[in-house]
Amino acid sequence: MSLTEERTAVAPKRTAARRAVGVVLPLLLLGVWQLLAGSGIYSPAQLPPPGEVASAFGELAGRGELWHHIAISTQRVLIGFALGAVLGLALGGLVGLSRTANAALSPTVQAIRAVPSLAWVPLLLLWLGVGETPKIVLVAIGAFFPVYATVSAALTHVDSHLTEVGRAYGRSGLRLVATVLFPAATPAILSGLRLGLAQGWLFLVAAELIASSMGLGFLLIDSQNTGRTDVMLLAIVLLAALGKLTDTLLGFAETRLLTARR
Amino acid sequence: MREPAGLEFSGVGRAFTVAGRHRQVLAGIDLTVAPGEVIALLGPSGCGKSTLLRLAAGLDSPTAGAVSVDGRPVRGIEPRCAVVFQEPRLLPWRTLFRNVAYGLPRGVTGAPARQEVEHWLSVVGLDAFAQHRPRQLSGGMAQRAALARALARRPGVLLLDEPFAALDALTRLRMQDLLAEVQREAGTTVLLVTHDADEALHLADRIVLLGPSEDPAAGSSIRLVLPVPGARPRDRGDSTLAELRASLLSELGVNIHGRIQA
Ligand SMILES: Nc1ncnc2c1ncn2[C@@H]1O[C@H](COP(=O)(O)OP(=O)(O)OP(=O)(O)O)[C@@H](O)[C@H]1O
Ligand SMILES: [Mg+2]
Repeated sequence: MSLTEERTAVAPKRTAARRAVGVVLPLLLLGVWQLLAGSGIYSPAQLPPPGEVASAFGELAGRGELWHHIAISTQRVLIGFALGAVLGLALGGLVGLSRTANAALSPTVQAIRAVPSLAWVPLLLLWLGVGETPKIVLVAIGAFFPVYATVSAALTHVDSHLTEVGRAYGRSGLRLVATVLFPAATPAILSGLRLGLAQGWLFLVAAELIASSMGLGFLLIDSQNTGRTDVMLLAIVLLAALGKLTDTLLGFAETRLLTARR
Repeated sequence: MREPAGLEFSGVGRAFTVAGRHRQVLAGIDLTVAPGEVIALLGPSGCGKSTLLRLAAGLDSPTAGAVSVDGRPVRGIEPRCAVVFQEPRLLPWRTLFRNVAYGLPRGVTGAPARQEVEHWLSVVGLDAFAQHRPRQLSGGMAQRAALARALARRPGVLLLDEPFAALDALTRLRMQDLLAEVQREAGTTVLLVTHDADEALHLADRIVLLGPSEDPAAGSSIRLVLPVPGARPRDRGDSTLAELRASLLSELGVNIHGRIQA
């Protein structure tokens, strides 16, 4: 008892220290960036210093358009992720629970999974037009596969000893899924959701690079066309930050869910 | 409370086919266990003790003969049996309370369910640990919880597969006494698989020795049924049991002077 108390008392300090360590590398990179930009190896058009990127941020934020780009990108990711995650859970669940479904579906799904994100874009444009739908669908495709893969693998690899306990105590079918298989697979399923969200952001940029007039991907391609390297770097930094932010939020939810049952 | 049930094996055989090769594990098992009787099942490793137990639980089905509980054939999971495995196999995401509740028969809910779980937790001496998780328990405590889970099912037949084998000697003695006490209280029929001759002599009404026949390909069958004299609970130091113990050990191939016979 006292041992665990001590451990919980020490833990917050330690994790705080560990988090602080994570800030060191970004600061270092920022320093290197500043040095490189000032060294004259690259022209300011190739590599503007961090300060210029910050002022680009101020400029775009001041005009209000930056928030629009951020909002529309985030919205696409969240809707697409929700769709892809639900589908991934459903199909991954089916394949993980039924050997027949596994034999029938998984080779095809594996093959479709191998299609690179950019290869989908022309097809989606052709079928779904240039509105929001193709972008959301592409994000959904991106989010689907990691969720599908982790959920199906987690469910097939549930400890057979525990499944046997469920059977021995009269659980079968959906009751076995609800009381043994699903709870046993929960940690893996949660990390699959995080992977899906991360891949959703990757696919978002693919969608926005090609056919859009808003969003961070558009900002990226537009800045290339107008020669605004500072805006380009800003878009990249924002994509990284937003991806990390949404992952952290999902990570919090994950930790809360898992500690609740520890 | 549910009545103790009778258990009958008639002409039971079980063969496995592994990689295209047929292997007879059990053959011609005839055994009738009276309601309330305690049977210890002894035999060399790999002779099919667990397999026989799984047949009684309905976790597996025989390739020959039939198993019946109270005269009704076992088909699928047998609701009148409860199993304790060699490992505790508690569901790690559930508290002890909810693990024991997992054993309750279908339809027992609400206040009666809570009382039942609390009763069995206190019988195995774990009432103070109801809200603990399995990983916070010692091996002996976890195995006690597994016993409580089985008892919560109010089984007609309690099937125990070497439940104390992994415990240290002292804990094992305590668990044996606990089992004897619980058996007296619940009156359940018990089929106890064990490697321990002393455990068998201490707890059982009859000892059933399982072993391979002269022809090793024919599968194991019952070599010997040994009634244990005297009423339970027996004194561990009882000298009349010493002779029985020696003959039992020699049947198992152990020379009492410490050498293993060829
Ligand atoms: N599902 C299975 N498929 C194939 N063979 C099996 C299966 N289950 C058991 N066997 C075989 O049956 C034999 C008996 O196994 P079992 O587990 O019943 O032995 P046991 O007497 O309980 O041994 P131990 O004392 O070591 O636990 C073993 O040779 C094992 O390989
Ligand atoms: Mg065994």
